Amino acid sequence: MQHDAVSQAVEEGADVSEAQLSDSPLAVRDLTVAYGRKPVLWDVEFAVPRGKLVGILGPNGAGKSTMLKAVQQLIPVASGRVLVFGKPYRTQRNIVGYVPQREAVDWDFPVSALDVVAMGRYAKIGWFRPVTRKHKTAAFEALERVGMGDYAHRQISQLSGGQQQRVFLARALSQDAELYLMDEPFVGVDAATERAIIHILQDLRSAGKTVLVVHHDLQTVEDYFDHVILLNMRVVSVGPTKEVFTSENLQKTYGGRLTLLDQAIHAAAGSGRSA
Amino acid sequence: MEWSVSDIWIVLAGSLSAASCALLGCYLVLKKMSMMGDAISHAVLPGLAVAFLVAGTRDSFTMFVGAAIAGVFTAAVTQWIHSFGKVDEGSSMGVVFTTLFAIGLILIVRAADSVDLDPGCVLYGTIELVPLDIRSIFGVNIPAAVIKLSAVLLINIAFILIFYKELKISTFDPALSTTLGINARLMHYLLMTLVAMTTVASFESVGSILVVAMLIVPAATAHLITDRLSVLLLLSGVFAVASSFLGHLAAVVAPTWFGFDGVSTSTAGMMAVVSGCFFLVAVLVSPRYGVISRMIHQLSLSLRIVREDVLGLLYRVEEPGRADPRKASTLLREVVQGGAIKRWLAVRSLRKAGKIVGQNGNYQLTPSGRGEAIDLIRSHRLWESYLAEKLSVSPDSVHEPAERMEHFLTEELREHIAADMEQEARDPHGKEIPSRHR
Amino acid sequence: MMRISTHRNVAWWGVAVAFVMVALSVGSGVFAADIQSHAAALTIENTVLSAAQFKTATTNGESFTTQLWRTIFLRDYNTRVVVLGTMLLGIGSGVIGSFLLLRKRALMGDALSHATLPGIAIAFIMMEWFFEDGKSLPGLLVGAFVFGTLGIVCVVLIRNFTRIKEDAALGIVLSVFFGLGVAIMGVIQSMGTGHAAGLESFIYGKTASMLFSDAVLIASVAGFVALLCILLYKEFTLVCFDAQFAGSLGWPVISLDIAMMALAIVITVVGLQAVGLILMLAFLVIPPAAARFWTNDLSRLVVFSAAIGAISGFVGAAMSALVPRLPAGAIIVVVASLFFLISMIFGRRRGVLARLVQHWQLSRKVAEQNLLRALFELGEPTYAHALEKREVPAGDADVPFRALLDRRVWSSQHLMSLVESAKRKGLVRATPDDRYALTRQGLDEAVQVVRNHRLWELYLITHADVAAGQVDRAADRIEHVLGASMVCELESLLSEKAPHLTMPASPHVLVRSRQLSDAHKSTGDSC
Repeated sequence: MQHDAVSQAVEEGADVSEAQLSDSPLAVRDLTVAYGRKPVLWDVEFAVPRGKLVGILGPNGAGKSTMLKAVQQLIPVASGRVLVFGKPYRTQRNIVGYVPQREAVDWDFPVSALDVVAMGRYAKIGWFRPVTRKHKTAAFEALERVGMGDYAHRQISQLSGGQQQRVFLARALSQDAELYLMDEPFVGVDAATERAIIHILQDLRSAGKTVLVVHHDLQTVEDYFDHVILLNMRVVSVGPTKEVFTSENLQKTYGGRLTLLDQAIHAAAGSGRSA
Repeated sequence: MEWSVSDIWIVLAGSLSAASCALLGCYLVLKKMSMMGDAISHAVLPGLAVAFLVAGTRDSFTMFVGAAIAGVFTAAVTQWIHSFGKVDEGSSMGVVFTTLFAIGLILIVRAADSVDLDPGCVLYGTIELVPLDIRSIFGVNIPAAVIKLSAVLLINIAFILIFYKELKISTFDPALSTTLGINARLMHYLLMTLVAMTTVASFESVGSILVVAMLIVPAATAHLITDRLSVLLLLSGVFAVASSFLGHLAAVVAPTWFGFDGVSTSTAGMMAVVSGCFFLVAVLVSPRYGVISRMIHQLSLSLRIVREDVLGLLYRVEEPGRADPRKASTLLREVVQGGAIKRWLAVRSLRKAGKIVGQNGNYQLTPSGRGEAIDLIRSHRLWESYLAEKLSVSPDSVHEPAERMEHFLTEELREHIAADMEQEARDPHGKEIPSRHR
Repeated sequence: MMRISTHRNVAWWGVAVAFVMVALSVGSGVFAADIQSHAAALTIENTVLSAAQFKTATTNGESFTTQLWRTIFLRDYNTRVVVLGTMLLGIGSGVIGSFLLLRKRALMGDALSHATLPGIAIAFIMMEWFFEDGKSLPGLLVGAFVFGTLGIVCVVLIRNFTRIKEDAALGIVLSVFFGLGVAIMGVIQSMGTGHAAGLESFIYGKTASMLFSDAVLIASVAGFVALLCILLYKEFTLVCFDAQFAGSLGWPVISLDIAMMALAIVITVVGLQAVGLILMLAFLVIPPAAARFWTNDLSRLVVFSAAIGAISGFVGAAMSALVPRLPAGAIIVVVASLFFLISMIFGRRRGVLARLVQHWQLSRKVAEQNLLRALFELGEPTYAHALEKREVPAGDADVPFRALLDRRVWSSQHLMSLVESAKRKGLVRATPDDRYALTRQGLDEAVQVVRNHRLWELYLITHADVAAGQVDRAADRIEHVLGASMVCELESLLSEKAPHLTMPASPHVLVRSRQLSDAHKSTGDSC
């Protein structure tokens, strides 16, 4: 008898063991996302170990940002499961901190840097309650940690790109999370800010937090990250930087081999439209 | 209903003004500036009032000038507030046109003795009165409004024909068109001037709200159907004329449906409603972007997948050494996803197409069915091999993606993969990859 | 600094809440006192535009001043009802309008208010059929609310499920719904029930004939809207600023959006009678847009916006009471627009004038620094020597005007005015033979400028690849931008190239340098 479909469906996903799932700060299984009919992420599976700086790498359009959003259920997901410390993401939201891309918001908005950082405390404050001094103080401390204490009362449009990024980082810090998801925090910032940010991330790591960073610059990967996820619509490779960040894997992620995959996916999207 | 001459004049006037608006509206919709049409049609009110106070007549020319100035003023001030005041575009538009409308209202009320303008007329027009104001041209009695609107329509058509490519490029990419030496800003303000003039020509007959409807709705409707600018212009004109005709009909007939016998209502209002109905229909059944056609397409796609899954399963069952005592229909129920109805439909259509034969749930592939199944299985196993070999995916997790991909691989792509593969005979699970059919 | 600002914010909230509450309570208090004595005074004027000018209790015999007085202090019952009603409407719509502005949904208000017309007309017909009285206000408003909501839902559906963009979706909804409304109104007029004409007041508004009950309705709705906005202040703020982040906190972004729109719908619906559906948009859009020029703080924006709405309502309604034949709705909008114009020009934060002055000051400062730097570099050896010996620079650093002029691309006129202003500030001195030199004070400043400039240059040279995004913040002090460790690095580089600029000179020369090194000591940072 032919049990192809049935038996394989059961075996599927065996490479991420259950034990790994329960203590991993972030375990993703079978995550598929499509914009319209065009698939952006296919069957993404990985688990990251605790207390590491994890870089998410991949070419443009590889779905790096999409993955961070999908993990947090900010966009509809075709299939997949996300576990944070072994429990569904939905129940663990308060221990996940998020730094969106800087372009995602209107920097002309009438709030000060301190107000933005205080937003990180909103989940803790609860509905209908105003922001009290206690929370403002916490927010101010987070600002000081990123070296922006002097700018607390500046309107956010008066900050430079690097300073805006630090404010976003401070907001995530003030969330006081166990797991941080950061979407391109190094884009559009100067070298000094980049160094400052990486110092803060390293501090977080020493405190036992796990940080996932969408990253562009391949030059700095080995210096910055303990762990990398190579992504191009699906996970090409995941693991410790030393083992995974090899030219062979990079070739697979960025190189020409994937044009076939690309073609296939376009074929799928195309036939979806015209069939 | 019986059509009289005046009905024909009303429909003609409505069609002319609707078509003039719809043509310009295409560009507004494409420029994502639809609300500018709304803003200008409200903002011409003070232009009209001032023109009236200055000239003392309702003479068309003064009105045109007043409205054109008001229209360009609205567009320019909106832009100015947006860029100098750093107010977002929607808000700056809202500030400008409500202010101008308010000023117009005050002027009209203050000068009610000398100004023969009723804001009500400006808003929803008096198309029913069109046949009453007759001019004689070459011995033919034609309503003044029809003459005026024909002129406006001709001007608009001429404008679009003359500046077709300039309008196209400045709408699509203003920055590029400026570098090519076509002043996008000039084209923009020319367009706004024409919108204002069309508004004025139409306000007496159909009112400014209908102007808004005709500027936006037919163009949006056509945009749901076509991707080509020339077709878009043409279709929007057709929708505009059709709305006008059916709108007048509905104004006379529709009230009787609700038990208001012998009552007719505003033609202008009904024209807007009819154009809205066209839009709704387009949203539902447009061949490309319609909700229903997308649903049908989705359904046929999923049916195709079920059909192919059935073929694939039968092929696997018939593979050597894989005999299963159970009936094919039982296996189908276990393995093929998509629900009983789709499975039943798939099996039915496969039998009709002569791809499978069999009775009482025992099905076999016919030769033609087998050919199709071979292609499918080949896609599936090649894709598994590809994932395993080229992307180092563990053999345990290649089945699911292949299950999805098998339905979408074209023959060309499939053979491309096959050529790329070092080991062509077996998939990662050691099963034979059937060789190419045909 | 922290503590002060927290106090300030608390104070602002106090002001905000107090403002809204006082306005509401004054309104209802006054109404309550008058409910019986003036019940008889209520007459409804039904004609559309003649109703726009309303009669106060004043008689023609009174002087204008007396009338003005009576109006301003709300001595007449009718005036009081109308003025307070419109003020409260201004507050309510100013508050919710601020959030719509920041969510970039301003024109939603337009589609929404136009979409209410068929609701009003249908509600009228239904009530005529079932109760034989179509003019019950609550019924009409329910109809308006239902269709306003329907309109918004249509906009959202069109935007999300078709390829039509939001702007066209708004236009489609507003024109088609309004057309439907006009068509149904046409039917109503032919029904011959006589009093249907009053429905038109929803289009243009009939502020003048606002009843006590209308005002109470407005007061309660405005109070409700203001209260909800205060309760949900931080939720609305975050959704407007960063909906993604709000989603990542697990907040129901869509429900919050719906709540925001629902508040806009209720305030629009109750405002229809007062200002009419075309001008209701103005009430939602203009006050917050005007307030935005004055502040960069959201809580202040909300308060200012409510205040501008209230004042426009007050002034507009009062004016229309005083001057015959002024449609109140329209005059309120014009008053609000005047506020907008004034704010746009004179607004303290984002006004055009403020920005022009800022720009002018900045370019003036840059020009002055360029002058100082040019003078310094032309006579650098002498000045360096003077710095070393801590003495007043000697006369041989004087440069002729011509040399200065050739130093940079600037017109002689511009340079002349720069030199004159620098002389007035005591930074530059002139010799009788038209040669110029830095004074002691000028030298101190020039050293700062040159040092900063060279640090910048070094920074750009060392980190040219990453600095591009950084150059736009001319107003920022270099130390802030670079960070302490990098300044250390750069200063050591600089000291090799130009030792006289970093050497320990007299305390008041290199103040900033000393502060920096102190700062490094305290943070344990070593250079």
